[in-house]
Amino acid sequence: MFFNEEFETLPREALEALQLKRLKAMVARVEKSVPFYKDALAKAGVTSDSIKTLADLQRLPFTYKQDMRDSYPYNLFAVPMEDIVRIHASSGTTGKPTVVGYTRKDIETWSELMARSFVAAGVHKGDIIHNSYGYGLFTGGLGAHYGAERLGASVIPMSGGNTKKQIMIMQDFGSTVLTCTPSYSLFMAEAAREEGIDFRDLKLRVGIFGAEPWSEEMRRDIEGKLNLSAVDIYGLSEIMGPGVAIECCEAKKGLHVWEDHFIPEIINPETCEVLPEGQMGELVITTITKEGIPLIRYRTRDITSITYEPCVCGRTHARIARMSGRSDDMLIIRGVNVFPSQIEAILMGVEGVEPHYVLIVERKDNLDTLEVQVEVGENLFSDEIKHLQALSAKIEKQIKEMLGVTCRVRLVEPKSITRSEGKAKRVIDNRNKA
Amino acid sequence: MHVEQISIFIENKFGRLAEVTRILGDAGVNIRTLSLADTSDFGILRLIVNDTEKARTVLKERGFTVSKTEVVAVEIPDRPGGLADILQVLDADGINVEYMYAFVERCGENAVMIFRFDETQKAIATLTGKSFNVLPGERLYSM
Repeated sequence: MFFNEEFETLPREALEALQLKRLKAMVARVEKSVPFYKDALAKAGVTSDSIKTLADLQRLPFTYKQDMRDSYPYNLFAVPMEDIVRIHASSGTTGKPTVVGYTRKDIETWSELMARSFVAAGVHKGDIIHNSYGYGLFTGGLGAHYGAERLGASVIPMSGGNTKKQIMIMQDFGSTVLTCTPSYSLFMAEAAREEGIDFRDLKLRVGIFGAEPWSEEMRRDIEGKLNLSAVDIYGLSEIMGPGVAIECCEAKKGLHVWEDHFIPEIINPETCEVLPEGQMGELVITTITKEGIPLIRYRTRDITSITYEPCVCGRTHARIARMSGRSDDMLIIRGVNVFPSQIEAILMGVEGVEPHYVLIVERKDNLDTLEVQVEVGENLFSDEIKHLQALSAKIEKQIKEMLGVTCRVRLVEPKSITRSEGKAKRVIDNRNKA
Repeated sequence: MHVEQISIFIENKFGRLAEVTRILGDAGVNIRTLSLADTSDFGILRLIVNDTEKARTVLKERGFTVSKTEVVAVEIPDRPGGLADILQVLDADGINVEYMYAFVERCGENAVMIFRFDETQKAIATLTGKSFNVLPGERLYSM
């Protein structure tokens, strides 16, 4: 089943011809309208006219998350504000988020790609989609929502949280499709079981899970406990939001990247050379149709590999493997992106806190937990428990407010955090161990 | 008239209390009394010792976070209502007790309580004004 059969099954040659045409047009637009790209392209010695083949993409400069931060809020936008109909943002290092803008056509494209993704996952008109991705600045909720409406399915805009209500609605409304983070799906199933409700008895048929890395083992676990077909979805707000790539229900082997809108490359993050098919490296994406904020060779920092082998589903679009890590130190905690440097910045803002901290991430009862260990030196120490507890609470509150992630602060003795030579070990991620 | 107390931050980890007391013992520091306030993650060990400076130095050398606090030692008649009488006087003057604990030794017929107040000087003035016997540090360290 396809949503847009013509484009989803475009022969490779035609697909690449379309990519080249769209790439040239996009570069032509940004070299005129975005000063940042005008400079970067001039420095690289590339003009839109000098792009003759898709291989010329490799001559184009990279775009980094830092470039987006430096352009806060609107300096990378390629159209005037009156053409922007939607603004989303993701959390940033020093409290300033990364901002993206969408034109009406961008929203239409996003809706279509999300609708394609739903169909690829096995969803169709008539399905009741229970959308537990967060609504708001985060792209997850609205991205899935618009795709569901575009498809013509019935969407329940649940957003995250309030697990009991989620379960009640899923049961009473007869939801057939669930969209949320993979860990939250298991958490809900567990919570339901405590209420005497077996998720396997619900009408759920398909689960579309993303916004955090997961594994094949977890898929088996989810499919067993929820009695549905679980597929992996990939997206990031910088590029669009959810629906950049999706697994098809036919193969469940790699995520199809919608190549008529995005050109994926895999590079060696150190040398920046483009890697051949099948090799693991950092995913780099160029948006070729986006109007609001087109990005050239955006460094996603996600580690994966790519294959152009034909897929049993009939789609001709390349597939990327399940994300297997990051080329930077970003953590994804309950779907929220967190950089250790963000937590450091918050800690350094608290009087008396020394730059010795460690973040411990674990998965307990299928939910990610973050513990921030802070050393108590003489400047921080109080002889009274209430002062120390107030300090922990203050840090927890600030992290929640600035980063949107709930954490637990644990005060520890000085020097109990290992000092390593050179780069300090700031993060202990125990999630993939057990 | 106040008494010096040292407070030590201790993580809720196996053997930490033993280590603190061992370090003090090896340094020849005698613990006169102590109290331990604890939470699920950490505790604060409060000690009155015969040599505050030495205790502080040796613990700091071993990497502990240590602070010095002023507390007040008061003699309390060892009879029903003895403690209540003191607390009533303090309450009447609006003085807050942050925490308190008992001294292990008696002073003649009386018990001795250690108090940490939010306003140490005012508390001492109130107590002496009502004829309670506030013990100087030197007496306690050598008791």
